[in-house]
Amino acid sequence: MPDSAPLLQLHQVSKVYRNGTVALKDANLAIAPGEFVSLLGASGCGKSTILRLIAGLGRPSAGSVAWDDPSHQGDLAFVFQEAALMPWATVLDNVGLPLKLRGYAPRKIRAIAQEAIALVGLQGSESTYPRQLSGGMKMRVSIARALITNPRLMLMDEPFGALDEMTRSRLNADLLQLWQDQQWTVLFVTHNIYEAVYLSQRVVIMAPQPGRIHAEIAIDAPYPRREPFRTSLQFNQYCREIAEQLAIADAV
Amino acid sequence: MADLKTLRRFSRFTGWLSPEVLAPLIVGFLILTAWELLVRITGLPPFLLPGPLLVIQTLISEWGSLWPALLITLKITGIAFLFAASSGLLIAVLFVQSRWIERSFFPYAVILQTTPIVAIAPLIIMWLRNNTFAALVVCAWIVAFFPIISNTTLGLHSVDHHLKNLFQLYGASRWQTLLYLRLPSALPYFLGGLKISGGLSLIGAVVAEFVAGTGGAASGIAYQILMSSYNLQIPRMFAALFLTTLSGVVIFIGLTFLSEALLKHWHDSVVHHEN
Repeated sequence: MPDSAPLLQLHQVSKVYRNGTVALKDANLAIAPGEFVSLLGASGCGKSTILRLIAGLGRPSAGSVAWDDPSHQGDLAFVFQEAALMPWATVLDNVGLPLKLRGYAPRKIRAIAQEAIALVGLQGSESTYPRQLSGGMKMRVSIARALITNPRLMLMDEPFGALDEMTRSRLNADLLQLWQDQQWTVLFVTHNIYEAVYLSQRVVIMAPQPGRIHAEIAIDAPYPRREPFRTSLQFNQYCREIAEQLAIADAV
Repeated sequence: MADLKTLRRFSRFTGWLSPEVLAPLIVGFLILTAWELLVRITGLPPFLLPGPLLVIQTLISEWGSLWPALLITLKITGIAFLFAASSGLLIAVLFVQSRWIERSFFPYAVILQTTPIVAIAPLIIMWLRNNTFAALVVCAWIVAFFPIISNTTLGLHSVDHHLKNLFQLYGASRWQTLLYLRLPSALPYFLGGLKISGGLSLIGAVVAEFVAGTGGAASGIAYQILMSSYNLQIPRMFAALFLTTLSGVVIFIGLTFLSEALLKHWHDSVVHHEN
């Protein structure tokens, strides 16, 4: 874990739903500013629960979620597995939504949204409607909407899970580029080992029933990570190590 | 440029003559022909069943009395429809503000809907004795407003779960969520309600006119249908009936066009898939 003070710290966090399901048990996790951390595990191991608790879309049953600066705790963005775009609004209006909700002037929203759209490589699509976009482009719009508020923490819940492999690789590379350029802090949920290793500085492996954190593996590979990294020996060793840990996590 | 315009106009023209339009037209023509032949061959007297040609002749000769009557009915229909649309929308918005409001009041909307209008129309006409027009509007409104309430309420509730979370995440106010999320999500449902309600407004107006007519109060086209049947002017009755039905079809087509225009960019019901 990097030396700087954590941006966010989960301390013994548990979440029990009303029907008695233990979605998350005693999770401890610290995220430093500028880190790229992945939560990896089978479905039902509490990955999404952690994101939702951090986002404030639910309260922990026990434990605490502490920010370094409590006044900034709402300063985050959430990217869902589905692009979750408003079908009745153009790309520009979808991207500008967070600013509209914060009461920015239309002219200003337009300018900032156009910048965000350019950042994700969709310039020229400002006035198209979500229906006309491919799955990958919809996800880019969703990312542009997330980055528009310049959030301190980007929460991503299997954002590329529904995309084909080629599109996924392309978006992985573009996401890493943005992370470096914009100096984001990212907490990324996935069930894809290769994606987790390729993207992250740290992979947090989770175990199901009850959902809990099983192990953490640091990925010590320099950025920028280019395509050859995906086929390197080092990459494969990390994948194998994580696969072994996942097998143990499932067996316990 | 001019060529493109002509081409587009031409394609629109051929669109009107597409098999979808032609097929029902041919069926209609065949039925009318058969009807006319049946009447002529069997020599049925017009007061039992007039042929279509006689109905058209009557329509033209009685136009001076039927057209003003139709306008009255359409005015009742239109006002009732506008009231139904606005009150239905408003009530639906109130309903989604709290589960308890919805639970407490929705059953009464159902009761109002399931009470036969023929049964309560005399009461309403009696209460509003001095203003038959208003009484008829109220009757048509009662028939028309329920589909809008129930459809719009459903629509306001069926908001994409992730979008709802997103609005919550960015601290959207209740008002913002209603305006930018719930109302747009409900638009296709609301428009679906309008399509049903447009026809019901007309039916409500006609039924109420019948009831009022039996009580002696003159009104629109349905009153003319009633009077024609009393006087055994059956061709005239058919002509009035034809006008009423035609109005219903026009209302439906108009609302369908409105719906398509408003949803053309985004909704599955309008967007044409190529596969």
